[in-house]
Amino acid sequence: MSTTFESPIAERAKLAVRDLNFHYGKFQALKNINLDVPERKVTAFIGPSGCGKSTLLRVFNRMFELYPEQRASGTVSLDGEDILSTRLDVSLIRAKIGMVFQKPTPFPMSIYDNIAFGVRLFEALPRVEMDERVEWALKKAALWNEVKDKLQQSGASLSGGQQQRLCIARGIAIKPEVLLLDEPCSALDPISTGKIEELIHELKSDYTVVIVTHNMQQAARCSDYTAYMYLGDLVEFGATSDLFMKPRKKDTEDYITGRFG
Amino acid sequence: MSLTKLDPARMRLHNRRKVVNAIALTLSLAAMAFGLFWLAWILFETLRLGVGGLAVSVFTEMTPPPNAESGGLANAIFGSLTMVGLATALGTPIGILAGVYLAEYGQRTWLGRITQFINDILLSAPSIVIGLFIYATVVARFKTFSGAAGVLALALIVIPVVIRTTEGMLVLIPNSLREAAYALGTPKWKVIWSITLKAARAGVVTGVLLALARIAGETAPLLFTALNNQFWSADLGQPMASLPVTIFKYAMSPYDNWRDLAWAGVFIITLGVLALNILARVLFRTRK
Repeated sequence: MSTTFESPIAERAKLAVRDLNFHYGKFQALKNINLDVPERKVTAFIGPSGCGKSTLLRVFNRMFELYPEQRASGTVSLDGEDILSTRLDVSLIRAKIGMVFQKPTPFPMSIYDNIAFGVRLFEALPRVEMDERVEWALKKAALWNEVKDKLQQSGASLSGGQQQRLCIARGIAIKPEVLLLDEPCSALDPISTGKIEELIHELKSDYTVVIVTHNMQQAARCSDYTAYMYLGDLVEFGATSDLFMKPRKKDTEDYITGRFG
Repeated sequence: MSLTKLDPARMRLHNRRKVVNAIALTLSLAAMAFGLFWLAWILFETLRLGVGGLAVSVFTEMTPPPNAESGGLANAIFGSLTMVGLATALGTPIGILAGVYLAEYGQRTWLGRITQFINDILLSAPSIVIGLFIYATVVARFKTFSGAAGVLALALIVIPVVIRTTEGMLVLIPNSLREAAYALGTPKWKVIWSITLKAARAGVVTGVLLALARIAGETAPLLFTALNNQFWSADLGQPMASLPVTIFKYAMSPYDNWRDLAWAGVFIITLGVLALNILARVLFRTRK
């Protein structure tokens, strides 16, 4: 059923997108997307606003299904299994494919419970192990030192940058295999952004990371592969260094050099 | 050019804005003062007239016959607490669950829209209509006024208020919070229970307290249902006394001891509702 499609990636494909079309009501937001997301690498989606990069990300964990007017057709395979198949339990897919959003969304509970909430959904850990998991996740997200003395305080009491790292910690605490980041730094100051970019770099040893970003320098800095999208089309996809140094398409070159977009 | 000397055209506009601002502020302050004036007067009169009739016997003795030497409101206070308490206990879960349905499941469905419409009608229905409805369906059928009928009538007033506030508060919760919870693989019931309801908790509880405050003073629905009782009664199958009905009966009477008790009752209700409001505010301030 798959279209012949030459994948530019050298690694194994963790996610394989084939002939994906997506509609918001009558509007087609993604047009026949074919793409392989390499395992344990960072893949960036770039492109101007409205190009469909966030939409594509939201297909990967079936987030779009919350809204009845949104439809996807085609296949997205996680390790060979089509996640768009309605037979699969969407909760299990989301446990394997975590997501961090543009705006920080701390849950209305303590910092500790913000992390433990997702873990408790799938694992009944004894108290000590839960403590360890919370500490582990907060350390991974470079937040532990700032919050270790106030774990019982409300998550909303943290600053914006800390909240976003809390959300990342929450996302990795459930140990997903893929982590989707939807413009995770757009609401953050440069220092927090730097911390999160370091974190992304570290995460790829364990996780497959997909990041949507408006910031081309960020894509160039922290991704291994980059996809440039425009008006629902995947224009060009390849190794980040290739795409930024010697883009094959004129459109891509215009965008990354700032002549357009 | 110095800050005080903009060019004349801009200065004119700037000055006009300042005048408009001053007028708007004055009008707003006047409106606030007007409202506060009446509120303060009501509270003052309640206090002045109520304190006179207030004594320990108000809380310990039953409602007296006319011109009796002593007497109190104990049975009416107990009846009010019982009926208001039970009506809230009955109406709150129904109201919250229906509100959750409307906000989390019924959006943009025909059933949701119809429920919303009916709830709006129920919300603005005069309480006397609800009283008469329970009279016709419960009191007339069982051939007796009863505390239980009073509870039902009050619950019917609580439910639409709680539905409306619960729905309103849940709809205000940003979808990004729901998405974040779903993104962890959380099932829908748990997203609602642990995330959205929790985030809307302050508003939902405020809605319940508003409903409670409203039924605490409702008279019309009790007149046709619980009626009144001169004596202590904890039997929900029998007519039951309540503060509002007792006030209604006593305040317009020609007997001095009854009128004093009526004012004491008004004072107790006012204080109770005020205490509830303050309690709600204090509870949620410490939580944050």
